[in-house]
Parts: sequence; structure tokens; C-alpha cells
Amino acid sequence: MSYRIVILGGGTAGTLVANRLRRSHVGSELAITVVDQDDRHVYQPGLLFVPFGLADPRRIVRSRRAQLRGGVAFRQAEVERVATAENTVYLSDGTEVPYDVLVVASGASLLPDETEGLTGPGWNESIFTYYTVDGALGLRGALEGFNRGRLVVNMVDMPIKCPVAPLEFCFLADWYLRKRGVRDDVEIVYATPLDGAFTKPVASAHLAGLLAEKRIVLETEFATGQVDGEAGQLVSWDERELAFDLLACIPLHGGASFVGRSPGLGDELGFIPTDHATLQSQAAPNVFAIGDATNLPTSKAGSVAHFEGETLVENIERLLAGQGLVSSFDGHANCFIETGFHKALLIDFNYAVEPLPGRFPEPRIGPLPLLKESRLNHVAKLAFEWIYWHMLLDGRDLPGISAQLRPRGPRRAHNATQGVTE
Amino acid sequence: MTPLTATGEPVAVDAEGFLTDSAQWTEQIGEEIARENGIETLTDRHWQVVKFMRTTYLGTGAAPSIRSLGKLSGVPIKELYQLFPKGPAKLAAKIAGIPKPRGCI
Repeated sequence: MSYRIVILGGGTAGTLVANRLRRSHVGSELAITVVDQDDRHVYQPGLLFVPFGLADPRRIVRSRRAQLRGGVAFRQAEVERVATAENTVYLSDGTEVPYDVLVVASGASLLPDETEGLTGPGWNESIFTYYTVDGALGLRGALEGFNRGRLVVNMVDMPIKCPVAPLEFCFLADWYLRKRGVRDDVEIVYATPLDGAFTKPVASAHLAGLLAEKRIVLETEFATGQVDGEAGQLVSWDERELAFDLLACIPLHGGASFVGRSPGLGDELGFIPTDHATLQSQAAPNVFAIGDATNLPTSKAGSVAHFEGETLVENIERLLAGQGLVSSFDGHANCFIETGFHKALLIDFNYAVEPLPGRFPEPRIGPLPLLKESRLNHVAKLAFEWIYWHMLLDGRDLPGISAQLRPRGPRRAHNATQGVTE
Repeated sequence: MTPLTATGEPVAVDAEGFLTDSAQWTEQIGEEIARENGIETLTDRHWQVVKFMRTTYLGTGAAPSIRSLGKLSGVPIKELYQLFPKGPAKLAAKIAGIPKPRGCI
């Protein structure tokens, strides 16, 4: 018999799952459909470079459909809601799409309207987000003419896609303004609701050191409650004020809007409560979630979606075969952090092991150093764009890089648990 | 001063003052931790948040973030900051005897 696999979202996670499933079932019993509301697949790591003139926005957007293997159906439509009790997706045009297995891969959405005043006066004039193509382009224009004053980079609250991106923005802004010879006249402030530069202690200390070296002011425990574009200031919930001339803002994130219209599917922020190790949703046994759409306590990042892909596809196959699921996903995340001046830092971690110094992917051999600035990491980050379009989206394993975090020596136990839950 | 458990033992806390065993918690311990952190009296509104934090943690294994508190606890974010200055989720978790919220990765 033929099974219907419906994948909501044709971004990084949805695309790689569709292609991986298709490759392992060529011409066989799976009817795979990917649903997305548009046909624009954005290479999101590229957005960071747009404001500094380092990436052409036209180059980072491609067709979603074109990234899918032959035999995978693409349906361009908006999702109204999911009824898990009926195994049916309702589209906004009234069509019903029944499924045997549903994969929620609809990512995270930006919610700038949830912060008072953020999209009011000054929005796209002195206030921008570089998390969209248009916002990144607007910011490029604003930065070109920015010669003096205070540039504030603010992440409103976690979770956000790519939690290191605000730091990378600060580092690149420092490089860019130096190159333009105006750095001494511009103050760069990074305002974060966290109590340090980053969420993980060892990496946080390293990154705080880098910020200080580059004379970037770190304003911690700043939880933005309101943005006053006319006065040019951020106001925190505890009534601290922070003036800006130019604001690069990372707005609140939530799940896709249909999640909120689907009873029992998501949490209060619209993310899908998901088993940490099997990727099965709590909503129903035949509903899985992957990538930024989940509520998993790991980074919202493409590398995570890639590492999850292997577990997810295996578990879909096991579910259809009536077998128990594997608990093989360990929260593995792997992120390059651009630090400017053609250097980058690399971090590698999972649910249990925080980012630590060492080498990647081979312990002690590398070649890439972890938690340390190097030119090689920068080159690797640039090379990743090709890997993304040609290997990662196609759902292929990357040579030498395992889905689970690799142990880095006798002192650190490998925390990934590989087991089968019935 | 380390608060004492119902049986007179010192409560086990981590370096930041969060209880390491949430089962040791009593309302009196919560009140003592509140006082140490500058909240003289816990009002009904404080308790609403503290109890919500504790119930959620015991039920789901995770402490809610400030955004989730604002949406689910019945107390708006602005007021949360008035009740628990600086970091409401962190301070309310400490008073509720549960681990530091790790909603942020």
C-alpha cells in the first residue's frame, strides 16, 4: 500500500527531509508532498552579509520547488490549520490534504508587531531587522550613510533563529565601520536580555572577550518592552532607556501562524512540543516536527535540521513498518561565527555538552579549530553555501561529519544515547 | 543565610542560589529566598506566579520563560517586572525552588 507523507514547509528542514525520504524510497510506496505558501527559498545564513555589501540578495534566494527531487510534489498554498484527529491538513483555499504521516517543518516566524512601537515611527528608516531580505537591504542603505552616532543591536528575546547571529552582526559592523574609517565616531552597543554574551557559559566568556577587544559595549539583562522610534530609544520592561541612532533589531519569534489555529499542535509560542530524541510530536504519534518549528532546547539553525534529518527519516520508516522509534537525536548543533577581518569561530555542542575548545570534525586533528578565531573557519563558512544548495538540501550526509556530537577526549563523556523506545 | 528545610537541614542550593532538589521546597523556604532577594512580602500576585512556575516545572520538566509567563500565568509582563525586579522568570524560579529557566539556547 502507498503512504501519504505531507511535509509542511519547504525550507531547509522540509526540503532535506523530503529529498532524504525520496532517495531511500525511489519509485516506491511513498507519496511525498511539500506544502509552502511561496516559492522563495532563502539561504538564511546569507542574510547576515547583505547589510555589509558582502552578499547579493538576489543570489541567496532560489525556487523552493527546484530544490526538491523529482517525484516529490510541491504544493504552493497557505495552511489554514491541521486537524490531527482527522489526519488532515486544511488549506486556506478550502482544499483538504489527508496524510498518513505529517512532518511540521514550518520554521519560525518573525513577530515584530508583538513589541510595542517596533514597527511604528522609524521602522525601515532608522529601525531595521536583517532577518528578512528587504530588512537586510534597507539596513545596507542605512549603514552606507552612517558616519557617526550609536548603532544598537538588539535581540528582543529568545528563542531566535541562529542565536549567534546578533554577535556576528556586531563583529561585522565593527569591521565594516573600520574599513570605512568611521569606527571612532560610532558606538556599537549589543543589548541582550541574557545575562551574558551568549547562552552557554564557556562560549559566552570567549565571546564577551571578543566584544571587549573590538570595543563593542555589552548591555546585558536588557529586556526590550517598547521601542520609541521618534525619540530613538529602547525602553526595557524595568524602565531602563537605551538611545540609538540606528537600530538593528532581531524581533520576537514564534511558530507558523497555522500552528496557533490547530488545537493541540503547538505551545503558547506556536512551537511544536517534540520528543527530544525521536522528534515525534506530542500531538499525535504520526506527527513529527523538525528544524526551527520544534520546541527543542537546542539552537534554531540549519545544522540542527540537518542532524535531525537522519533520525526523522529513520523514525518515519519505523513508524510505517510498525516498529519502535529510535532515540538517536542528541541536540547536535554546529555554528560558524563570523568575527570580521576574514576570520570566523566555530562552535559544536548538543543538549548535554556545551561548546568547548578543541578541533572539528576530527578530535585533535581538525582541521577546524573550535571556539577560536581562524581564517580557515571563515573559508569553511563561505564554502558552506555551496554545500547547502548541493548536499545539505538534498538530504545527504556530509563526509566526515556525524549527526551525533563526537566525544572530544577522555574528560568529556559522550552524552548521546542511542536506544530504541517502544 | 541558607534557608532550612522543614526538618531543620540546610537546603541544598547551586552557585546561583537555585534549589538543587525541588522536593525540599516549602512555602516558608520560598518566603526566605524572596526576602534574601529584596522582596519583603510575597503578595497574592507573587504567589500566583510562583505557583504557576512550580506547577509548570513539575508537570513538564521545564521552567517557563518570561514570554510564556506573560501569556499563561495571568500576570502581564510589565507587572511581572514590578513584582520580580530584574529577571522575573529567574527570580520567580528561585523562589519557587526549581532550576533556572533554560528557555534560552
